[in-house]
Amino acid sequence: MAQAAIELIGINKSFGAVRANRDINLEIARGTIHGIVGENGAGKSTLMSILYGFYQADSGEIRVGGKPASIKTSNDAIALGIGMVHQHFMLVDNFTVLENIILGAESDALLKKSIAKARSELERLEREYGLEVDPDAIIEELPVGLQQRVEILKALYRGAEILILDEPTGVLTPAEADHLFRILRQLKDQGKTVVLITHKLREIMAITDNVSVMRQGTMVATRETSKTTVGELAELMVGRRVLLRVEKGEAEAGAVKLAVKNLTVKDSRGVTMVDDISFDIKAGEIVGIAGVAGNGQSELLEAISGIRHAVSGSVMLDGKPIDLTGKADPGELRDRGLAHVPEDRHHVGLVLAFEENENSILGYHDDPRYLKGPFLNIDAIMADAKDKIEKYDIRPGNPRLKTANFSGGNQQKIVLAREMEQDPGVLIVGQPTRGVDVGAIEFIHKRLIAMRDQGKAVLVVSVELDEIRSLSDRILVMFAGRIVGERGPEATEGELGLLMAGVERQEAAE
Amino acid sequence: MDVFIAIVQILDSTIRLSVPLLLACLAGLYSERAGVFDIGLEGKMLVGAFAGAAAASVFHSAFLGLGMAIVMSVAFALVHGFASITHRGNQIVSGVAINFVAAGSTIILGQAWFQQGGRTPALQPGERFEAITLPGAAAIHDVPIIGPIYSELLSGHSILVYLAFAMVPFTWWVLFRTRFGLRLRAVGENPAAVDTAGISVAWLRYRALICTGVLTGIAGAYLSMVQNGGFVKDMTAGKGYIALAALIFAKWRPVNAMFACLLFGFLDAAAIRLQGSPLPLIGKVPVQFMQALPYVLTVILLAGFIGKAIPPRAGGVPYVKER
Repeated sequence: MAQAAIELIGINKSFGAVRANRDINLEIARGTIHGIVGENGAGKSTLMSILYGFYQADSGEIRVGGKPASIKTSNDAIALGIGMVHQHFMLVDNFTVLENIILGAESDALLKKSIAKARSELERLEREYGLEVDPDAIIEELPVGLQQRVEILKALYRGAEILILDEPTGVLTPAEADHLFRILRQLKDQGKTVVLITHKLREIMAITDNVSVMRQGTMVATRETSKTTVGELAELMVGRRVLLRVEKGEAEAGAVKLAVKNLTVKDSRGVTMVDDISFDIKAGEIVGIAGVAGNGQSELLEAISGIRHAVSGSVMLDGKPIDLTGKADPGELRDRGLAHVPEDRHHVGLVLAFEENENSILGYHDDPRYLKGPFLNIDAIMADAKDKIEKYDIRPGNPRLKTANFSGGNQQKIVLAREMEQDPGVLIVGQPTRGVDVGAIEFIHKRLIAMRDQGKAVLVVSVELDEIRSLSDRILVMFAGRIVGERGPEATEGELGLLMAGVERQEAAE
Repeated sequence: MDVFIAIVQILDSTIRLSVPLLLACLAGLYSERAGVFDIGLEGKMLVGAFAGAAAASVFHSAFLGLGMAIVMSVAFALVHGFASITHRGNQIVSGVAINFVAAGSTIILGQAWFQQGGRTPALQPGERFEAITLPGAAAIHDVPIIGPIYSELLSGHSILVYLAFAMVPFTWWVLFRTRFGLRLRAVGENPAAVDTAGISVAWLRYRALICTGVLTGIAGAYLSMVQNGGFVKDMTAGKGYIALAALIFAKWRPVNAMFACLLFGFLDAAAIRLQGSPLPLIGKVPVQFMQALPYVLTVILLAGFIGKAIPPRAGGVPYVKER
């Protein structure tokens, strides 16, 4: 085995009563790509934050390049050649690329000299690693993939030999993710060490040399990637066998519940995002909409659920039209049996500052079940919340806890529980498992299929192709605001991928 | 020619009246650009005015007065920092508290030390900043147009006036041309980016507040040692708040801040000048209306005429490392 770039020995870290890291031992070989997987809250990010000097370990030893290292601040980590690309980018949005790169590493008290020096250094890095980016562009005007590239350049500019990436593909399109992987391989070829934190097992299999699995604050295993399987890793992560593809019977499709005809929707800038789309969903089936993010799926969801106006077209719910001019409010649609799990749970689905029990009835709070005269019936709401917590295995099971303190997967379960328990006829779900870990994905998928088997019409929009293929009875592919093809669940990934890229548009449009 | 002289005179008092606004506005710019809202500009100015006048009259030195004004104002700024940076308190509450403490303590200490109803003794020559006559001002006084502009408008102000206007390009240079300025702007937009770059967020914000304290100290000294011959209770009379309004109006940019403060100063000067004199078409207007005019215009300007003013994104939020 090559020489170790980093050794962590007996690392412990607690936040109050929570033991985020327990007695962690880890060795990362120089010049490799090392994956760290684990569910949300398994302690991956805490461990890496300790390595980057953001937090300090309660006990344990860190060795960098074989020498014991004391990392008290991010500055110490940078000086030891450790760079980090955070999940939420640490960039100043209204600064230029160059300004962001030099921030904290300015070579001179005056900016002019620092920027001139950085510019030539940046050109060298761009040549060496193929990381092209306009140095004078403003960060907020760059696509997410390029912003991430700036983060990588920032670390390299500081002389990073060891690069830690925290959930780097969460915000990327599949094409951007592929590009990122090419960059990471190139970094490895140049002798850099890459640590990749993720909960997406496919990525681990695709790119890493070694992989370590964390569960509930402990390091449970380290494997050579070529000698393990996705199934084994998932089992190690969750601590039990996980079904990566939920089993389901044949759909027994009934009457049409939701019929969309010639729907056209524009976004706030006036650009046509949904272009003359027609499809319908029958009772007892799951229809999946696949597509690269930004091809009109969000606008389609918003129009159907009454959040956004449509320009033209019609949507029929149980044979009766939905007013698309903005007069139908989401509340009215809820009353008519259309439940909506929005794509963006933080901004649309939940009020993060509310307690769990409040979010568990949000939107249904004027239902007589939750009222006592003009007042909220707190006892009924709490009982209802506890019921949902049990049914959906929401953890921690405390309905008085602030929603922001739940993990992503549990927040999503709160929203799903709220919408599914209303027993709607039609359920619309955007990105059902975005930012959700393996164990919870399995649970959510099972629930969605259970809804289908109860005879509900379910629409699932997701950028995860695996998810679409595993759930759907029919798959619609959206590209540039249009449905460019319909396939059955047996469609291959390659076939769908081509449709998503708009390649077969002519033949598929029919 | 009378009209011309009248205009020059109004502009001259515009400059005098906008100086405290400008200093306070730039003071606010440093702290708000660093992400710390400072509603306590008013209080710090008041403390500066009192400390300056008191020290000047006791030690018989204008410069000692100015020094004391700055020291005390910075001390109050550090209190604001201690509450809102170190202890992550609410910045508005801390700022309001500073205003109350300043208003009360200046009166109490003034009365205890000088027994003149909260005033400080009238400052004698040498204890206040005198007007500076620029070279050649007397010589070209009688040259038409240029003469009055040079000798009335540009010459004959105290050193603090020139200092205030010099602070405008200086602040711009600090903010946009130095490492300190880059970091200061960054910490007001995304403190986490600064933290992960290995720079202390707290120390950076404290330094910004020290800049704020220095400038509000000078602003206070100007009020009690230049504009007035001593400290009078509550002599800031809301200028700290007008300065904050000007800061928003200026979209947190130094040169814009100068023009905003000149505009507010001009409205003030015009109101004073036009008091009691009949206006064409309208006739005689009550004094109170003219006095209220700058404030009314402030509301109108802030409500509709500046477009979208985007404050520094991390403004008002104490920085806590995320878990």
